[in-house]
Amino acid sequence: MRKRYAMAVDTARCVGCNACVIACKTENALPSGGFRGWIAEETHGAFPGLSMEIRSERCNQCSRPSCVSACPTGASHVADGGVVAVTRSKCTGCKACVASCPYGARYVHPEGFVDKCTFCLHRVREGNLPACVETCPTRALTFGDLADPASRVAELTRSRRVKVLQPGSGNEPNVFFLT
Amino acid sequence: MTLTRRKFIQIGGAAAGGAALASGLTTRWWGLDADRVEDPATDGDRVVASYCELCFWGCGVRAHVKDGRVTKVVGNPDHPLSRGMLCPRGAGATGLLYDPDRLRRPLVRTQKRGEDVFEEVSWDAALNRVGEGLLEVKRRHGPEAVALFTHGSGGTWFKHFMKAWGSPNVGAPSYAQCRGPREAGYLLTFGTPLGSPEPIDLANARVITLIGSHLGENMHNTQVQDLAEAVGRGAELVVVDPRFSVAASKARYWLPIKPGTDIALLLAWMNVMLAENAYDAEYLAKHAVGLEELRAHVADKTPEWAYPITGLRPELIRDSARLIASARPASLVHPGRHTTWYGDDTQRARAMAILSALLGSWGRRGGYVSHAKLSLPPYPVTAEPPHGGKGAADRPKKGGFPVATEVIASGLCDASVSGQALYDLKAWLIYGCNLMQALPDRRQTVKALEGLDLVVSIDVLPAEICGWSDVVLPEATYLERDDDIAAPAYKRPFLAVRQEVVPPLHDSKPGWWIAKELAGRVGLAEHFPWKDAREYVDARLRAGGHDVARARETGVVLGREVATCEEEGLAVEVPHESGKIQLRSEELAKLGFDPLPQYYPHEEPPPGQFRLLMGRAPTHTFGRTVNNRLLAEPYPENEVWVNADVARALPGFAQPLEDGERVFLVNQDGARSGPVRAKVTQRIRGDCVYLVHGWGQTAKRLGYAYGRGASDSALVTRYAVDPIMGGTGMSVNFVRLERAERSA
Repeated sequence: MRKRYAMAVDTARCVGCNACVIACKTENALPSGGFRGWIAEETHGAFPGLSMEIRSERCNQCSRPSCVSACPTGASHVADGGVVAVTRSKCTGCKACVASCPYGARYVHPEGFVDKCTFCLHRVREGNLPACVETCPTRALTFGDLADPASRVAELTRSRRVKVLQPGSGNEPNVFFLT
Repeated sequence: MTLTRRKFIQIGGAAAGGAALASGLTTRWWGLDADRVEDPATDGDRVVASYCELCFWGCGVRAHVKDGRVTKVVGNPDHPLSRGMLCPRGAGATGLLYDPDRLRRPLVRTQKRGEDVFEEVSWDAALNRVGEGLLEVKRRHGPEAVALFTHGSGGTWFKHFMKAWGSPNVGAPSYAQCRGPREAGYLLTFGTPLGSPEPIDLANARVITLIGSHLGENMHNTQVQDLAEAVGRGAELVVVDPRFSVAASKARYWLPIKPGTDIALLLAWMNVMLAENAYDAEYLAKHAVGLEELRAHVADKTPEWAYPITGLRPELIRDSARLIASARPASLVHPGRHTTWYGDDTQRARAMAILSALLGSWGRRGGYVSHAKLSLPPYPVTAEPPHGGKGAADRPKKGGFPVATEVIASGLCDASVSGQALYDLKAWLIYGCNLMQALPDRRQTVKALEGLDLVVSIDVLPAEICGWSDVVLPEATYLERDDDIAAPAYKRPFLAVRQEVVPPLHDSKPGWWIAKELAGRVGLAEHFPWKDAREYVDARLRAGGHDVARARETGVVLGREVATCEEEGLAVEVPHESGKIQLRSEELAKLGFDPLPQYYPHEEPPPGQFRLLMGRAPTHTFGRTVNNRLLAEPYPENEVWVNADVARALPGFAQPLEDGERVFLVNQDGARSGPVRAKVTQRIRGDCVYLVHGWGQTAKRLGYAYGRGASDSALVTRYAVDPIMGGTGMSVNFVRLERAERSA
């Protein structure tokens, strides 16, 4: 069965501490100013009737990735388990993918290529979890294979109330937010 | 197919592509570049276990070293406090290690104190200078005239130095400027302070009540893990905070209380629980004294009474009280940590402790539990420390603060101005704490500093206090040094070792070396008989019967989980000498304080001014991490939180204050902050503003942090002293906002 890597982000557990962001930066040796993950806070209402959602966000590793379609050189591609990746040697830094991504998940690396989250595929292939998942002190992040109905990520997305960001984008994102 | 995924990938792009196409996918490049996902190659060729010092929680880490460089620091799965997970600060340790602004060589002051002008000298010259200075102070004023301010695990070497030297004046701002009132309040009620990590069972609590604690932003790793675990299991939160904190956003009830009125709310909650018989009567009959006095005391403290004081609707007070009581005894009133707010903080902690007693949560699962320590004998030192010197000089001449159980750091500062205490202090050793921001009222700190004979800082970075020192000794970061063993009490007792991951950069030295060298220069070498910290630690581990090699490999020595509460077979024990929980405190009555907590109104900000509140961000530990470029990326500077409705019509503002605009804060005494961004938000009451502590650094050599954001400390020119234990309540300052000129 073809793997479909996905992530469930439990917004009830996440405190937005940024541990995921920092662990990602060191694991992937990201340059200063470059982020593959970030924290979003969304507040609604007026004092004192407030609500807030905190989300640890990253590339949604879409099943229909507009960035891959937009890439003129074939650098952006779909890799193992449906992870959207960039082949650095093929990337000219034209930013067509950056413009086409509905999630702002990509940035231009100072060395000229576009960079983004890979679900730490280099770790996953070795049987490890993505760095953000491993460090998360609230265990808000669950990574796994959505194609495997027995996986925790599949179970969570079945049993909990789930949303995706910008469902109307047509991109079919694979990061699910548990609310 | 029996091939593993990895082998499958290794077969090559063409085969992988073929398989993918066969599975019916339409994306053009599916699989063709499968093995072109870059491996950043940050896994170490060596991995060294240690424990973290980015804050003081002491989480276990594993540091990856590749080609002599630390590439990443991750959580140690074997360590009971990190359990393999690190907070952002812990994960950002390389930002400290490779901070370009680190102190590189010993410095000796060449201009006036505070002008921050130094020349680099050799270690020998610097240590000789310190040794001579200390001996001169000792000759003229006695050894007690030297004080040590310390924070962090490396401080043990300098505490040992002070013991050998013969001074009791060893203080940490983490007591009287932070958790001290809580320690006193729980000591008076249950007979023991709480210490760190706090013996609370967050994970099993069914209701968690936070009084001003903003756990989640306040990033004590294990507690945040347990909080999330509890939330995951369906625990409800009750959050009392003038600010809609992250925790408040997850709460069943958020009580946006008027600052300074927490005691009124706590009394009203007790009123409801007592009136509705929702408390644990059987437990109290067995374990507590003073119930009838408490009942009489709170009889008129109804939610209706508390409403005009706290601004909280009576039904909100009642409903939240019922929820809290419904989960007893697994209803945890979190004791908080930074508790020096208004000067009556011990009494607030007492009220929280009494509430916990009503819930029967002391000694019970999901409440306050019992932790244990592993055996760890001291290193055998044959030299006797001096006996019979003076007591600490941290109290005023006329005495005071009878319940303080630790030295009051602000009292040491006071004693450094001539004639304030029983005797004067003449020299400061400062280990790892920036007193310019840790102590209240910077003017007093400066006055004390100006009168001292000798000021010595031991630090990793050129903190503000270094600029006020005569000699600055550059310490290695925790990743470059060995330190003493961490041996906290915990439900799974453990020991953790700190060990050098990479050799010290620049000309920095580990604290143990600095203390030992200093001891040698003042005739105390015999008190430091160990070759180095490694030998010291190994000797202690061996003496405790622990496996040294395994400890060094895994970073920890693990004991067996102990029974922590009644549900696990441990009888409820109240360590108070009476054996009973003191709902009414006879001890306080004898000392002339209220035996039951009373609500007294605090001064309120005049129109146009706001109470200044301060707190934490999860990415930062006070001012210690604000120069860390890695941590600065997600959190580059602090912001002043201003209520959005108030921001529309601020006094002196022709137009509404916009989110992101810069303002100055000016306090009641005219103290001004630097320009700071405004966070205009609905998430805070209109009578207060909020800053994350640690920013607005004035040390020019902090290349990143200098001048960024606003310093709450600089605006704390006023403080309210807790008469019971000497804590300095700092949330008593009022600020107005001034629009900063838009920068060109």
